[in-house]
Amino acid sequence: MPQFTTLTSRVAALPVNDVDTDQIIPARFLKATDKAGMGVHLFADWRYAADGSPRADFVLNQPQNQGAQVLLAGGNFGCGSSREHAPWALTGFGFRAVISTSFADIFCSNALKNGLLPVVVDAQTHRALFEMVEELPQMEVTIDLAGQTLALPTGQTVTFPIDGFSKSCLLQGVDELGYILGFEPQIAAYEQARVP
Amino acid sequence: MNQPLTLLQKIWNDHVVAQETGSPAVLYVDLHLVHEVTSPQAFAGLRQRRLRVRRPDKTIATADHSIPTHDRSLPITDEMAVRQIKQLEDNCREFGVALYGLGSPHQGIVHVIGPELGFTQPGRTIVCGDSHTSTHGAFGALAFGIGTSEVEHVLATQCLLQRQPKTYQVRIDGRLGPGVSAKDIILALIARIGVGGGTGHVFEYGGEAIGALGMEERMTICNMAIEGGARAGMVAPDDTTFQYLAGRPYAPQGARWDTALARWRQLPTDPGAIYDKSITLDAGALEPMITYGTHPGMGMPITSQVPDPGALSDPTQKAALDKALRYMALQPGHLLLGHPVDVVFIGSCTNSRISDLRLAAQLLRGRRVAPNLRVMVVPGSQEVKRQAEAEGLADVFRAAGAEWREAGCSMCIAMNGDQLLPGQYAVSTSNRNFEGRQGKGGRTFLASPLTAAATALSGTITDPRTLVN
Ligand code: SF4
Repeated sequence: MPQFTTLTSRVAALPVNDVDTDQIIPARFLKATDKAGMGVHLFADWRYAADGSPRADFVLNQPQNQGAQVLLAGGNFGCGSSREHAPWALTGFGFRAVISTSFADIFCSNALKNGLLPVVVDAQTHRALFEMVEELPQMEVTIDLAGQTLALPTGQTVTFPIDGFSKSCLLQGVDELGYILGFEPQIAAYEQARVP
Repeated sequence: MNQPLTLLQKIWNDHVVAQETGSPAVLYVDLHLVHEVTSPQAFAGLRQRRLRVRRPDKTIATADHSIPTHDRSLPITDEMAVRQIKQLEDNCREFGVALYGLGSPHQGIVHVIGPELGFTQPGRTIVCGDSHTSTHGAFGALAFGIGTSEVEHVLATQCLLQRQPKTYQVRIDGRLGPGVSAKDIILALIARIGVGGGTGHVFEYGGEAIGALGMEERMTICNMAIEGGARAGMVAPDDTTFQYLAGRPYAPQGARWDTALARWRQLPTDPGAIYDKSITLDAGALEPMITYGTHPGMGMPITSQVPDPGALSDPTQKAALDKALRYMALQPGHLLLGHPVDVVFIGSCTNSRISDLRLAAQLLRGRRVAPNLRVMVVPGSQEVKRQAEAEGLADVFRAAGAEWREAGCSMCIAMNGDQLLPGQYAVSTSNRNFEGRQGKGGRTFLASPLTAAATALSGTITDPRTLVN
């Protein structure tokens, strides 16, 4: 898993609540059998016109957002299906963090396993961020995972919560499977005890 | 005296293999369901790390999402689907996993076949790379959807890292009126609490109305727990549960049944146990529900008018409703009753079981569906299909002018060629009305099988209570 320590980046703003994973990556792209190559399908139905050309009015197609690694999204981001293709598409496009007031449970868990950091902020900061991006599209934020802080261009810094275990996995770039495999003797003992 | 525990807490405690301070629990998984869409990358991961499937005996697979639902003797034309299905077959063969795939008499939607074959049992932990795994909670199991990385974890270790979710008691008191069914309960709940209302929680449904429901209806309600933001929904096991399970192929038999039964009877929540959250709805006050927007929380009683974004004070809510109504091309203040539709879809893991088909057939028997309307009936499994054919329901559907198809997810997710055309309207018994979910540009109204059947007859959105008494 890719490591996550600090990130300074411009911010692409998508002020839509309850963005579901069917929007992040529509189901017709789920027939692929590997993880790579999902980035071009990110938000496909919002991003491309019927003839496949990019829609100039969609946030990810706007010139100032090229290279942005932070997505600022509306509340309850990532609801719906459990498809891990959603974080694969987001990271495939180049995002390393998503800021919102809340994330759907499975999305959050999937994101953390792919080095994509879900940053939860309060409603006021959230609103302020949208306003800042609107006024100053080139502005940058800095995310420091170790300190759990998000620094705004105003100089203000807010903290965000993250599960301690996921945090250390991200900081070190290690994945969970290795951790679970370390419990092999306990798993075997558990299975032994449960055989009727 | 021991502290009173909820159903969830009992199952949780029973499955914690290890728990280090500050870390999530290592939770044991009793049953792992696998399908073609979310597993290929997980099997690839195993190969990369040179790992085996730890417990093939606790793992079952089926093909449901990308398979066609037309005549199975015809070849599949979508090359990517062919590759995905072949990949599943190869993976199952290589890793020794039982596959109820194409050609199996038990093939079907993963959440339909698990219960049907008796794999889904009270007290079990059940996972699948699919958010509607919550369906299995109807049996008093802790069942939830996982991502593909976690599919790999479970394949390799039979365990998952999890934090214990919070509990959310959902009481449904009273009795449902005629023409109102389980689907309406869950749509009403989600309309009330919102699509994020259950985040971080597991619903435990109870109350008189839930006790009166059959297993298949309980599955409908647990199925859509995820649409209310909860990862899982549960119903405490009772005699209805045990009767359903008795004699199923993979349910315990003989003396093992008696032992299991004694264990299952201990599972219901203890009196005095505390839930983190609670809500109560009155079943008697519920009407048939329908959605008007682009997520399942945008639902209302079928006799209501489409809400007006102008009446909302919160700017983001207003913008969301505006956007949804624009996508749906609906006018605020208008009735949905009488709104024309192009397609009626009866199917999906929410409502494709035999009881759902019986409800729909009850309205369609001896009648014809509206002209120029496409009506698709897609059974949830081969078993449901055989049963419906034996009962004469398939003949009812065909005689009414509906398509009677092979088992699969079909137009619920529109991966297999069954899809809406841009701009078309559908009344669908499935669970998601997201933009494009049933085909790019397609517009979905979610409703019960009864509402779907009533709508099929008139070709416009119809209150089923005008047809049932
Ligand atoms: S029927 Fe629909 S919701 Fe159910 S498993 Fe299939 S695609 Fe998912």
